[in-house]
Amino acid sequence: MTFNRKTLASSIALAAATLVASSAQAQMSDDELRIGYLADMSGTYRDLAGPGGLEALKMAVEDFGGEVNGVPIEVFSADDRNSADVGANTVRGWIDQESVDLVAGMVASSVSIAVSKLLEEAGGLAIISGSAASSITNEHCTPNHIHWVYDTYPLANGTAKAVVDQGGDTWFMLTADYAFGHALEADVTKVVEENGGEIVGGVRHPFPTSDFSSYILQAQGSGAKIVGLANAGSDTVNAIKTASQFGLVQSGQQLAGLLIFLNDVHAMGLESTQGLLLTTGWYWDMDEQSREWAERYFERVGSMPTMVQAGVYSSTMHYLNAVDEADTDESQAVRAQMAATPVEDFFSRNGYIREDGRMVHDMYLAEVKSPDESTGEWDLYTIKSTIPADEAYRPLSESQCKLVQN
Amino acid sequence: MTMIFGVPLAVFMGQLMLGLINGAFYALLSLGLAVIFGLLKIINFAHGAQYMLGAFAAMLALEYLGINYWAALLLVPLVVGALGVVIERLVLRRIAHLDHLYGLLLTYGLALILEGTLINIFGVSGSSYPTPEALLGGLNLGFMFLPTYRAWVLVAALVVCVGTWFVIERTRLGAYLRAGTENPALMQAFGVNVPQLITLTYGFGVALAAFAGVLAAPLYPVSPTMGSSLLIVVFAVVVIGGMGSILGAVLTGLAMGLIEGLTKVYYPEAANTVIFLVMILVLLLRPAGLFGKEA
Repeated sequence: MTFNRKTLASSIALAAATLVASSAQAQMSDDELRIGYLADMSGTYRDLAGPGGLEALKMAVEDFGGEVNGVPIEVFSADDRNSADVGANTVRGWIDQESVDLVAGMVASSVSIAVSKLLEEAGGLAIISGSAASSITNEHCTPNHIHWVYDTYPLANGTAKAVVDQGGDTWFMLTADYAFGHALEADVTKVVEENGGEIVGGVRHPFPTSDFSSYILQAQGSGAKIVGLANAGSDTVNAIKTASQFGLVQSGQQLAGLLIFLNDVHAMGLESTQGLLLTTGWYWDMDEQSREWAERYFERVGSMPTMVQAGVYSSTMHYLNAVDEADTDESQAVRAQMAATPVEDFFSRNGYIREDGRMVHDMYLAEVKSPDESTGEWDLYTIKSTIPADEAYRPLSESQCKLVQN
Repeated sequence: MTMIFGVPLAVFMGQLMLGLINGAFYALLSLGLAVIFGLLKIINFAHGAQYMLGAFAAMLALEYLGINYWAALLLVPLVVGALGVVIERLVLRRIAHLDHLYGLLLTYGLALILEGTLINIFGVSGSSYPTPEALLGGLNLGFMFLPTYRAWVLVAALVVCVGTWFVIERTRLGAYLRAGTENPALMQAFGVNVPQLITLTYGFGVALAAFAGVLAAPLYPVSPTMGSSLLIVVFAVVVIGGMGSILGAVLTGLAMGLIEGLTKVYYPEAANTVIFLVMILVLLLRPAGLFGKEA
């Protein structure tokens, strides 16, 4: 009988354990939490997000312990080739065949907007780290995505305002001739004029352009104190390099870069970028916490992280904590949990997620160091001032987002 | 102040100067393409990648071997040109008897492989190459500030262009080359080693691309994608000038630089398209190009 009783007892224990386990798993839609990383892995935006961002995501998963609520976390990735079509098709496949729980990364604004529309129909969740367009949480907002690192609003607000405050009241705009450039130019114009400055001229150059000498000559002829660069990536790099060759700064004018990443400055070198003012969401060397994380990242990747790559880690960690806390992977429950928790980590100060999906946090005005000031290959910025979270981003009172009750 | 169509004379002159410099650069690149097509009938789509290799080789030589700009200007074209010789021997020769289209596809494939490999190793942001010290600073021309390095690019590109034209059109070696491509069997009968001549010509065309790459390194970020964006423009220049015409490539290169420069002043938005508009016009009126011979 003893034997039977033992068998019975262990059967009950086993049954109970199975029951407990399955009740825990019942909250998760399948036996894995699946995160898809979608970004430009081979083109223009590769270095600011790309494989480095994927590595940051994997770091977050490893630091979290590799599993959540008893299920393992699986990470996979795809190259969107900066095409909205490719990005949307990839994510559609992820939803249909892989039952993806979170789409992370995303750089080109067109891709982010296409993917977030798709996720709204399918009921998924995305955290956008690389895109610039502020429309992503304005007219294109959905309950299915969160915008993490920065957008065009603080870029204009931060850099342009600071430059005008320092006496740079006449501007010549060098604008990339497509939607992003026009939007940034409009934002900058508004900020400059509101702060008592004036736009005295400008030129819209084709995207992309390799030779900027002609435009720089026009900027020099304009007599403006500030030459504002409303472009990005290789265009900005080329424009700055050319300005340096033509002695633009030496002849008394100053450049204001509106969207510049750490890898751009690193590529150009301090000789041609020194003194450049820019707005950033994060800088690796800004405090002890950020340095500690950045050095771990550096060991794995071999370069210092951009704000986008750091943002991928930060947002993934916040997401995993929310899944853990809410005990489910259901997108709206997780989003609600994420929004209910302040975002305070090595990346974000005073951060929280607003109802329009904007992760609002402190932004920074930085100045590129001179070669003499710099002590190493990646010692590139001096943080000049902090733009407080609530002043940096577009206020909800001006929002056109359908989720916001004005 | 004197105005030219609403633009001050000084600014106008400055833009002409810059147009001429860019034009010299286009001329140098299209010259290599024209030499290769004119003598080998290969549409060398790897030309942009070979130009990029030139810039990369100069950068790596400086970083790892301490080879300075002036030495790189001589050595890099030799090394990249030698690579061109290997490519011709190993792959291009095997498809020489096929339609031109095969050469185009093959060289395009080579370019993609080269570019992709370098992107994987170095990323796309690129790096900067310092301007050689002797060429720092600039000249005040009165109407503009001309960086010394750009003036040097203009001179160096023109000298190489004129030299190449002279060798091909005015020397015995050039005569052999032209004859060898017209009638290889006859030339071989005269004891001229035609296959070797062809190999060396391809190597020389590639070396020209690499030379342009070294010249470009201090001007633009050295990045794996620097060639692909330029290549299409350069092809348009070659088509306008007449495929294979050496003189056509050089003169059209200069002219297109000027036209593009003026477009940047009067209607900047069209600066990237104006060359293609010219190409369409020329193809409609003279299908063989401005200096091309009717087939």
